[in-house]
Amino acid sequence: MTKKRKNLFSALAVTLAAAVTIAGCGSSEQTEGGSSPAPSAAASGGEIPVGVLHSLTGTMSISEVSVKDATMMAIEEINAAGGLLGKKLKPVVEDGASDPQVFAEKIKKLIQKDQVAVTFGGWTSASRKAMLPVVEQNKGLLFYPVQYEGLETSPNIVYTGATTNQQIIPAVTWLLQNKGKKMFLLGSDYVFPRTANKIIKAQLKAEGGETVAEEYTPLGHTDYSTIISKIKSAKPDVIFNTLNGDSNVAFFKQLKDAGITAKDIPVLSVSVAEEEIRGIGADLLAGHYASWNYYQTVDTPENKTFVEAYKAKYGKDRVTADPIEAGYFGVYLWAEAVKKAGSFEVEQVKAALKDVSVKAPEGEVKFDAETQHVYKKVLIGEVQPDGMFQTVWSTPEAVKPDPWLKTYPWGAEVSGQK
Amino acid sequence: MSLLLLQLFNGISVSSILLLVALGLAITFGLMNIINMAHGELIMIGAYTAYMTQQFFQKYVPEAYFDAYFLASIPLAFALAFGIGWLLETLLVRHLYKRPLDSLIATWGVSLILQQLARTIFGAPNKAVKAPSWLEGGITLTNELILPYKRLFIIGLVALCLVVIYLYLYRSRGGRNMRAAMQNRQMAACLGVSTRRLDAQAFAFGSGIAGIAGCAIALLGPIGPALGTYYIVDAFMVVVLGGIGKLVGSLFGALSIGVLNTAFEYATSATVAKVIVFTLIIAFLQWKPSGLVSVRSRSLD
Repeated sequence: MTKKRKNLFSALAVTLAAAVTIAGCGSSEQTEGGSSPAPSAAASGGEIPVGVLHSLTGTMSISEVSVKDATMMAIEEINAAGGLLGKKLKPVVEDGASDPQVFAEKIKKLIQKDQVAVTFGGWTSASRKAMLPVVEQNKGLLFYPVQYEGLETSPNIVYTGATTNQQIIPAVTWLLQNKGKKMFLLGSDYVFPRTANKIIKAQLKAEGGETVAEEYTPLGHTDYSTIISKIKSAKPDVIFNTLNGDSNVAFFKQLKDAGITAKDIPVLSVSVAEEEIRGIGADLLAGHYASWNYYQTVDTPENKTFVEAYKAKYGKDRVTADPIEAGYFGVYLWAEAVKKAGSFEVEQVKAALKDVSVKAPEGEVKFDAETQHVYKKVLIGEVQPDGMFQTVWSTPEAVKPDPWLKTYPWGAEVSGQK
Repeated sequence: MSLLLLQLFNGISVSSILLLVALGLAITFGLMNIINMAHGELIMIGAYTAYMTQQFFQKYVPEAYFDAYFLASIPLAFALAFGIGWLLETLLVRHLYKRPLDSLIATWGVSLILQQLARTIFGAPNKAVKAPSWLEGGITLTNELILPYKRLFIIGLVALCLVVIYLYLYRSRGGRNMRAAMQNRQMAACLGVSTRRLDAQAFAFGSGIAGIAGCAIALLGPIGPALGTYYIVDAFMVVVLGGIGKLVGSLFGALSIGVLNTAFEYATSATVAKVIVFTLIIAFLQWKPSGLVSVRSRSLD
């Protein structure tokens, strides 16, 4: 009997230890930067609470922690320069835990309990779609920093990442003009790649290209030998890659093993930035392409300061990337609107956002009141052996956002809007 | 024609990886009846060992010998995973024999701890493992038919592991004692076999094989804290389909899942192929619940 009881205890102890370890790690990250929120004091005192809501745990933490870091840096910079309207910003950091439902709950808590003036956060489209009705109902304001599949406008969300006409569509046009007409579409099996590929197929049909195959693999898929066989038999001119996360590592490793180099069939990715290249291995990616609005190598004085500050704060081996930069300048864009409005009230800030622009590391970024997105330059970059991008093509001006594809003759059939 | 051959090679290659991942599980789950949910994390430990060895060679060993790092990492990964497996058995699994559900929950806890530990030590983003130059490229038979050295190496590694496990289980004194203990614990103990030490030894051995699997996977896929979770379901599938308690079963299980999966994937898509294969496995297990190769022994009833 006693032995049985002992066994039970050891099992319990282990389970408890697991729970404590995980909860411990989670909470230690949560408290970083944002101490215990005291809404009434914050609202009336010298501090203005602002929400920072990213996945600090779970699968998405890989990407989101560095965006959170950049957002925190911008907030600290503004505070160091004397704050906003004579008040210091007080970040309230919450963990979305890679779970859309948690994102919805946490942003509700931030708006209702912490009474934040604005929230910066989100990465996956699922997390944004979960937060959208909450910010709209509670009349909050959310700055969303990641490129996505478009086809969305919310009066309570400011999209600082690219929509499709600022990333995917120009990339397809560039490929058609420079790399060939036959495209192999490869993506992870969820909403972003499927919507992106729907757009690409419509565009290829309209602009004289050809979709030779369209393949999806489950998130986390790690064996690409069969996909590579399909690539070999389809003989495309280029592979358009919308794979997300770890699958990219397996895909690029196995592509090289199969003897396919960037010279034979170049791959253009839209979810692989400097941060991801470090984990895949720069030598595997050298010569392949990506389409973004910002690279660490962008040559502006603002970017030089930004990269230096980021490395000084978080370590010299850290890199900046497109979503990191969008998470950074979003704070400044909001701060500009606050200054213009002379108030932290959401409605007044929203009204003031119209025509606000900031000098971001990527260049001048202007808010577009009609679509709630921002103007962005599009850059096609080629991966260098050191893991950085060299810009091989860019739009001359920042491109006006068009999330509903209204400016394209083939856009209506994709967006379903007349 | 060459594409067909390539697909056949891919099928065998996928099977070999499945088998390598499942071999350790075939011992701990198949022979010892322990549901070890932390098996995937032992694979992860092997992969991080490869990464650490690479870092060590880059820093402290003359460049000319860098390519040897991978050969050094395999025994290291085995040793480290063996040690952690031994610890795990002594501290935890030992108290949970004959209680499969409790062992499932407890080892799942261990799996979460190990993942979080890896995240704390190495950080959440992936780490890049560079393949040694002698594994770059492949044998070019025709324009389309290139057999990558890495996959050939893995197939060879699996064959070697199989032979070693076979020799250990069927030709060594320790292995014979182990099989005796698995089949009839009381009787073996009566005959003077220290079943307690054997349990630890078998569990650690299975863990060590998982470490080797981690090294091999590091050549092909991502190295991250969640690495083990990608393979754990497939590994259990292989062992269950093959028939619990028989190593030969695992071999057939891995071959059928690997070859079928690649064939269906070529004909349909990756997602559909997984669905078809899982459906087939479920249907097969309805028809033959004990798997492809069943054990003819009363003691395991």
